[in-house]
Amino acid sequence: MSHKTMINIGPFHPLQEEAEFFQLYVDGERVVDVDVRISYNHRGIEKLDESKTFDQVPFVVERVCGICSASHPLAYVQAVEDIAHVQVPERALYLRTIVNELERIHSHLLWVGLAGHFLGYNTVFMWAWKYREPILDALEVATGSRVNYANCKIGGVRRDMTDEQLKEIDRLATESYGPVEMLTKAVIDDPVLHARLKNVGVLSKADARAYGATGPTGRGSGLPIDVRRDDPYAAYDRIDWQVHYEESGDVFAKAKVRLLETLEAVKIIQRAVRAIPGGEIDAKVQNIPPGEAVGHVEAPRGETFHYVRSDGSNYPVRHKVRAPSFNNIPTFKASCIGQEIADVAITLASVDPCYSCTERMCAAVDAESGRRMFDFAQLVKLSQEKTQRLRRQL
Amino acid sequence: MSVPAIILTYLAAAAGTLLLGLAAKWFDRKVTARVQYRKGPPWYQPVADVLKLLHKETLVPSTGRGAGFLIAPAIALGATALAAAMLWAPLFAHEGSFLGDLIVVIYLLVIPPLATILGASASGSPHAAVGASREMKLILAYELPFVLALLVGVIHSGWTLQLGKMAADQQGQAGATLYSISGVLAMIVAILAVQAKLGQVPFDLAEAECEIMSGVFVEYSGPPLALIYISRAMLLATLPLLLILVFWGGLKLTLTGVPAFLGKYLLLLTLVTLIRNTNPRLRIDQAVRFFWLGLTPLAVLAAVLALVGRYKGLSWL
Repeated sequence: MSHKTMINIGPFHPLQEEAEFFQLYVDGERVVDVDVRISYNHRGIEKLDESKTFDQVPFVVERVCGICSASHPLAYVQAVEDIAHVQVPERALYLRTIVNELERIHSHLLWVGLAGHFLGYNTVFMWAWKYREPILDALEVATGSRVNYANCKIGGVRRDMTDEQLKEIDRLATESYGPVEMLTKAVIDDPVLHARLKNVGVLSKADARAYGATGPTGRGSGLPIDVRRDDPYAAYDRIDWQVHYEESGDVFAKAKVRLLETLEAVKIIQRAVRAIPGGEIDAKVQNIPPGEAVGHVEAPRGETFHYVRSDGSNYPVRHKVRAPSFNNIPTFKASCIGQEIADVAITLASVDPCYSCTERMCAAVDAESGRRMFDFAQLVKLSQEKTQRLRRQL
Repeated sequence: MSVPAIILTYLAAAAGTLLLGLAAKWFDRKVTARVQYRKGPPWYQPVADVLKLLHKETLVPSTGRGAGFLIAPAIALGATALAAAMLWAPLFAHEGSFLGDLIVVIYLLVIPPLATILGASASGSPHAAVGASREMKLILAYELPFVLALLVGVIHSGWTLQLGKMAADQQGQAGATLYSISGVLAMIVAILAVQAKLGQVPFDLAEAECEIMSGVFVEYSGPPLALIYISRAMLLATLPLLLILVFWGGLKLTLTGVPAFLGKYLLLLTLVTLIRNTNPRLRIDQAVRFFWLGLTPLAVLAAVLALVGRYKGLSWL
């Protein structure tokens, strides 16, 4: 039987909490092609930022993603600090490190839970999220909020932490080490999980490099890249830690990398809490000179990249955000084709995609006149023609 | 027994199974919740689910064939109810079964998945089509080891195909089939096949919520979905009965016999629930390989051991 059917994953599908659309062209159970469509939830954050002062932007960008709400502001703030040539106080760097690592733990545990759910393993789902709770509590202790921490500001951090707070964070993180280690062992040793995850959705090293995969997606494919080590920011160059990576490139490798990183993050927090120096937490930046700079941060999903341009006024003239999912989502073309439908679900989930961070708007603009080539009605017409063409093909 | 009495008994058994099924469903959900650090639903939740579904609209997809789509859940329910009734009768009275009723029960238990395939194919949804094809492969996979495992029970009770006699035989001198090596092997195979028959993780690939959006049932809504829910619940209540009848001595209507039966029943239900909660879903090729290459040889071995035991007079085999 060679009959190409189309299986839709999305735009609304129990696989993922956001609107996304994957069209799988299948022959029996085997996927022969995949069409990735996102941008159902474009929010225009970059444009919004241009109407905010430099100080206000961190509060907007932390809402780019509910999970990476420490990474995005930090990347932005680092870009602006680069423009203004600010020397951030030591203590602030450590505080940033602590919050960012707490974020990494909660994000990775969230992914482990979801991955379990996608495999029909709801016990892992519930357990992982149970162990994630104390970390969210620790974030609340650190910043006063479980999501959207409002922690970063240009030149430092907004709030200092007392010794009691630091001790409490240390305790919560340390106590979660045991359960996370148990979960790690449970996942790494489960023979049925091996059967479902090993050699599934393999992203080869060459493909990972070609598509520019970042974060655990790249590290699972044998690319030991990590912004924290390669271009240190915050206090990562002052603390001893290591980058985990796996060579095999399958879903199992990505899961393993994430779990080991979670354990590593606990260690980083412990060391940061012990090594944190006293002193100022804010460089008290007065004004931002004209210039441009980039800031990048290793978010839980990979490298978050922010570009900021200033013309000397109060507002950024241009702010560009590139979330890690933008690099990681196209790798589906390499990892999903040839898989079975059952494996595609977990392969799609294995890069921990975050769609609303990645949404962007495109316009076809005539290069010479600078005018838009299509208006809304024309685009609708094009879309309808395409639908009819597809219907005829089916 | 007169014909009206038999019909009445069967109807009462079906209704009783329905109630038991909903209770078993609640038990399943409650145990699941406890395993996952949750509280779990109140005891009437399955009843509330069914009542709510009965009030909802019945939607038939425009791509589907209405008759086949709507009749399939009824067929599944009917077959399950009949199988349940045929299992209750020999439990309460050993003469309440007829020659060859084991074979009829095996046949009846194949009908619900066939009806599921019928309904899924009639719905015209690509997700249901994938689910139906998986369900088909799954039946082919688990049916052989399941029947072979039941054969062990048949051999142990002296080649009788009558459920009542099998139970009576196990309650006599010979003892329950389970208390022998072949009995244990057969029980393991049968429990895993039951897991697949129930469509529970790790063999829930025909539904696979996160891949094909509950696959075979994706287009169902309202009362037909309620029928599916009910027949699923009844199957959950029925299959442990079959296992107890064939392998574990049936029900002895004595002061110790009834609690022992209840204990066995709850143990089997808990086991099914725990398997479901400690495994991820298998892929269809892995499931088929597991049943054919893993469990079928095991079931054959159990049958051979049972035969040797029977003819050498070694009851522990």
